[in-house]
Amino acid sequence: MGNRDSDGNSPGNTGPDEGAHTQSGKGGLKAPKATQTDQSAPQKAEKLAAQRAYWRENIRLLIGLMVIWFACSFGAGIVLRDFLDQFYLGGYPLGFWFAQQGSIYIFIALIFFYVVRMKQIERKYDLDD
Amino acid sequence: METQTLIYLFVGASFALYIGIAVWSRAGSTKDFYVAGGGVNPVVNGMATAADWMSAASFLSMAGLIAFMGYDASVYLMGWTGGYVMLALLLAPYLRKFGQFTVPDFIGTRYYSSTARVVAVICLIFISFTYIAGQMRGVGIVFSQFLQVEITMGVIIGMGIVFVYAVLGGMKGITYTQVAQYCVLIFAYLVPAFFISFMLTDNPIPQLGLGSALNDGSGMSVLQKLDRSLVELGFNQYTAGSKSMIDMFCITMALMVGTAGLPHVIVRFFTVPKASDARLSAGWALIFIALLYTTAPAVGAFGIYNFVNQTNEVEYAEAPSFFTSWEDAGLIAFQDKNDDGVMQYRAGNAFAGAPDFTGERGDWGERVIANAPVDDNANEIYVDRDIMVLANPEIAGLPAWVIALMAAGGLAAALSTAAGLLLVISSSVSHDLLKNTFRPTISAKGELLAARLAASAAILVAGYLGIYPPGWVAQVVAFAFGLAASSLFPAIFMGIFFKAMNKQGAIAGMISGLVFTFGYIAYFKLVNPAANVADNWLFGISPEGIGVIGMLINFGVAIAVASVTARTPDDIRELVDSIRVPRGAGDAQSH
Repeated sequence: MGNRDSDGNSPGNTGPDEGAHTQSGKGGLKAPKATQTDQSAPQKAEKLAAQRAYWRENIRLLIGLMVIWFACSFGAGIVLRDFLDQFYLGGYPLGFWFAQQGSIYIFIALIFFYVVRMKQIERKYDLDD
Repeated sequence: METQTLIYLFVGASFALYIGIAVWSRAGSTKDFYVAGGGVNPVVNGMATAADWMSAASFLSMAGLIAFMGYDASVYLMGWTGGYVMLALLLAPYLRKFGQFTVPDFIGTRYYSSTARVVAVICLIFISFTYIAGQMRGVGIVFSQFLQVEITMGVIIGMGIVFVYAVLGGMKGITYTQVAQYCVLIFAYLVPAFFISFMLTDNPIPQLGLGSALNDGSGMSVLQKLDRSLVELGFNQYTAGSKSMIDMFCITMALMVGTAGLPHVIVRFFTVPKASDARLSAGWALIFIALLYTTAPAVGAFGIYNFVNQTNEVEYAEAPSFFTSWEDAGLIAFQDKNDDGVMQYRAGNAFAGAPDFTGERGDWGERVIANAPVDDNANEIYVDRDIMVLANPEIAGLPAWVIALMAAGGLAAALSTAAGLLLVISSSVSHDLLKNTFRPTISAKGELLAARLAASAAILVAGYLGIYPPGWVAQVVAFAFGLAASSLFPAIFMGIFFKAMNKQGAIAGMISGLVFTFGYIAYFKLVNPAANVADNWLFGISPEGIGVIGMLINFGVAIAVASVTARTPDDIRELVDSIRVPRGAGDAQSH
């Protein structure tokens, strides 16, 4: 299973606490592209910083999209349904529409937005595949 | 041509197509067998995923559930689609980057433990077998209904077909047959929906038709009219629900998370070339799924509308032909409580349980039922929910070839899902149990042979479960989602997003989530079904939704245990770093 070291991480740089959600690293805010430099140590540090910044952006995007995911299905389709049902979309009561049609369309839009946005973020940090 | 001849023609042609594809795409290596070589186009994979995902339950039962449950059935619509957002955003690209063959592979490597791997295999086999029993049963029902063979014979024929392409072709054969099966099933589902929508509303697009005015001159929209006539008959309003909000919430969540944790769905994302393709492929899969899932509410609503119009207050002697033919099949029954020869359709059960036909005919020619009538309501009609999709073309008076198409579509839905499930079972046995745990010295050829043998054995077990089903189909499937949500999903999710999650935490979490959920479902569904009422439920959550609590227990136990046990080793932290970035998936794939 030779899939572990494909990113060339140096073990020495793996700090104890870069857990995904509580990412605190201040080092990589500039997020420079990993470019030339012939020395390997700074290059690795730079790459690691890019990876951290990339992951932070990813998590932020994920949280935003999951909030919408939650709001359109559990929010509009279930919790707020009674309130929304006083409005109509064509012949559909609005809350009912969200529960049986609208949330599904929004789910599709969320995935494709994520696909496009992630590609941009990956290119920005030069981490795309 | 006769309907029966057309059915044989359509079903026969579709079977020949599947077998042809299987022979053309035989698997030559373990990689072909497990992940179709890892080079499947994301759109093709999306289509295969959709067929894999949409089971006999989606095709045959869902619209019927919607027809008779109205708003309450939204849990299935949102639950079985929303899970794809979780898959695309939270799991698929990382698992693809990890680049192995199976779900237990990921869990075993990420948690550096064969115990974790074996626990994952047990969860997987449990989930997949409960799910597959429902599929084989679906195959049997379609056969007995349309091809006039016994359910047992139907299941055996279905086993034979799946055997040919799953055992020979592995994932490669399955992928391309599933593409064909998707085309058959979606065409079969949409054609009658277009017809019926156009007949009722002048708008052929069912998603729009359901929100349009009826063309009967009443000026009311379909939903308004349905609300009104159902309330007149004593039912709940169609667009209002009867489930409690917390139960709606939990069932939807359990189905979503369960979807994201189902191994036969996850494994499809191992077959695309790159991590970013996994995301894209999940998006395509959801588009293909949404075609059916946004149509189903219309099929259900039109179905119940037509059904009420054509049966309620109609004399039995004048009953439409679909009514008598499904009565002959035992899935519809008429019990004339007030002896007027006219069928009254009202809320409530006409009689308790399934109809027990005496074999005689009554005063009006109906099949006599031995069941004692239920006296507190005036309902005289028993109708099995599962017939709605299959009977819909007949109810709407559509041509015979449409009915034949439904038979081929139902079989495609059941067979494609069964094959996907068989594959994950066989690869977890040959790859995870043999190759990676108990017999690491096995040769590649031996592993491929073991995979084929395991697939054959799994088909036999699945067929047995189909012929002697352990319970009612839908209730068996509810097991699978709850178990996936409470065992596999949290372990995979934490493996990617919490570097601090270690082996002890993950194993403790999986076991406690699984045991709790299994115990709760088994108690209410098998041990003490009489107690299965809202008053006895934990927080008012039904067994269908309890997977959410199981998931929370899994997370809680895992985090608590991980916080007091050893730190995750550095090489595992590096592994997590590496699966988080897409670059380098090509390397990962070549092993």
